[in-house]
Amino acid sequence: MEIKQGLLYTKSHEWVEFLDDTTALVGISDHAQHALGDLVFVNLPEVGDTVTAGKMFCDVESVKAVSDIYAPVTGTVAEINEELLDAPEKINQSAYDAWIAKVEAITARGDLMDTDAYTAYLGTL
Amino acid sequence: MSRYTPHTQEETRAMLTSLGLSTLDDLFQDIPASVRHGLPGEEQKGLTQMETMQAMEELASRNTRYRLTLRGAGCYDHFIPPIVPQLANKKEFLSAYTPYQAELSQGMLQAIFEYQTLICELTGMDVSNAGVYDFATAAAESAVMCRDRKRTAALVSAAAHPDTLAVMQTYGFGTNTEVRVVPQKNGRTDLIALQAMLTDDVASLYVQQPNFFGLLEDVPALFEAARAAGVKCILGVNPMTLALLPGGGELGADIVCGDMQPFGLPMAYGGPHAGFMACTQAMLRRLPGRIAGQTADAQGRRAFVLTLQAREQHIRREKSSSNICTNHAHCALTASIYLTYMGLQGITAVAESCLSKAHYFAEELCKIPGVSLRYEGEFFHEFVTDLPDPAAVEQALHRQGVLSGLPVEGGMLWCVTEKASKTLLDSVVNVVREVCEHA
Repeated sequence: MEIKQGLLYTKSHEWVEFLDDTTALVGISDHAQHALGDLVFVNLPEVGDTVTAGKMFCDVESVKAVSDIYAPVTGTVAEINEELLDAPEKINQSAYDAWIAKVEAITARGDLMDTDAYTAYLGTL
Repeated sequence: MSRYTPHTQEETRAMLTSLGLSTLDDLFQDIPASVRHGLPGEEQKGLTQMETMQAMEELASRNTRYRLTLRGAGCYDHFIPPIVPQLANKKEFLSAYTPYQAELSQGMLQAIFEYQTLICELTGMDVSNAGVYDFATAAAESAVMCRDRKRTAALVSAAAHPDTLAVMQTYGFGTNTEVRVVPQKNGRTDLIALQAMLTDDVASLYVQQPNFFGLLEDVPALFEAARAAGVKCILGVNPMTLALLPGGGELGADIVCGDMQPFGLPMAYGGPHAGFMACTQAMLRRLPGRIAGQTADAQGRRAFVLTLQAREQHIRREKSSSNICTNHAHCALTASIYLTYMGLQGITAVAESCLSKAHYFAEELCKIPGVSLRYEGEFFHEFVTDLPDPAAVEQALHRQGVLSGLPVEGGMLWCVTEKASKTLLDSVVNVVREVCEHA
């Protein structure tokens, strides 16, 4: 299980990579993709959507389950990773390269953990 | 009460108490006494097999059997080759229930797969589901498929079947989709009015082909206008016409839906039917209901599965866009048998026969003074004529053992299928002439 250095994580297993103070890439962690199994579809948000930290903003489908993805920050969706529409398996192959959305105009952060805290958190599960 | 009733007397009493009622009868007080059958009591003894047969035969003998049916309006009287019910009634098909353990029911899944293949070939679309209940459900589910967060309204042609419109409005209420009716002009969807209605909040346009009045719509023009406004195009179609007319794929439809009833399903008081839905690859994930897919088993043999189930409500729960999770599978199977037996050549012959007989009949009717086609334009096997005293025409034909067209304000919506003979049609024209002369 890979936990990438330099990213921040949520308890619901999303990762955030801040590009600057108010812009970030968001995805799901290697732990999350492992727990979900083979993903068959990513129901992406739409550009322009307002997302709120801790609130559901898109979902992913594995063969027999649908799981909500929660926004780690509050802001506006600036870009979505459309590659995932045709190739949701990219999340399984490389969870930290397969970003889901780029969020801009970030005004608030949820409860985020650094690599060490997330590693410790995973140890408690 | 019987052992099949799961509640003990004590439980029933507790439930009644919590409702503030004292007897079960109190619970049914809203139902008028005149339509209540009453619960089967001790004093009512059952009937023997013989008595039951006699009672049912007596009941059946009260049916009117028409020599000829000239009424369509959504339910069509086509010839059903005896091989169709013969095969459909095989007990393996009749007794099969919905495949809860889907992959154990390979026969059932194959039947669904074959049905989907036929629908795709017929409509020219990429994918089909296992079917839904009827035309109206298929149309309403199609409109819901197109709704998204920004585009929430659905446009429906006023020339669509009134039942379809009503079911769409019911669905609209539940899904928060505003249904807006595009007016008709001279019996067809008004293109000019449509153009003014194609606003940013409109998700879809639904057009029925042929429409309720039997007329052929200018589907390419209507869909072109819709597409230019970013509105999804839904074609509701009588599948029998697809033997002669271009399918939805060629017309640029995003979804094609309709009713398989003309294909081997009896009119039977108007149901059950088999609604079909087919769409483009791009809309696949929004398609409701079950989809059977083909794959290979562990030993490489051809096998079938229910696929893309994560779309459905048993997995997606409250986020699913539809709660359809079953269909009229046996009706869909019956239609598949009909289509397989008839082939493209067979249904083309049926469609051509309907077309030419309906046009012959229309021509003969319109020779009667006071009878004329209400609308200009091409039609398939249904058409509206203005007519003095439609009620009298209906009664006179009934006395001759003929079910007339559907009486509409000041006229009649007629339907002619391949089952009508020239002799019978000529005699109908004579009856109508007599009534009109005396009107």
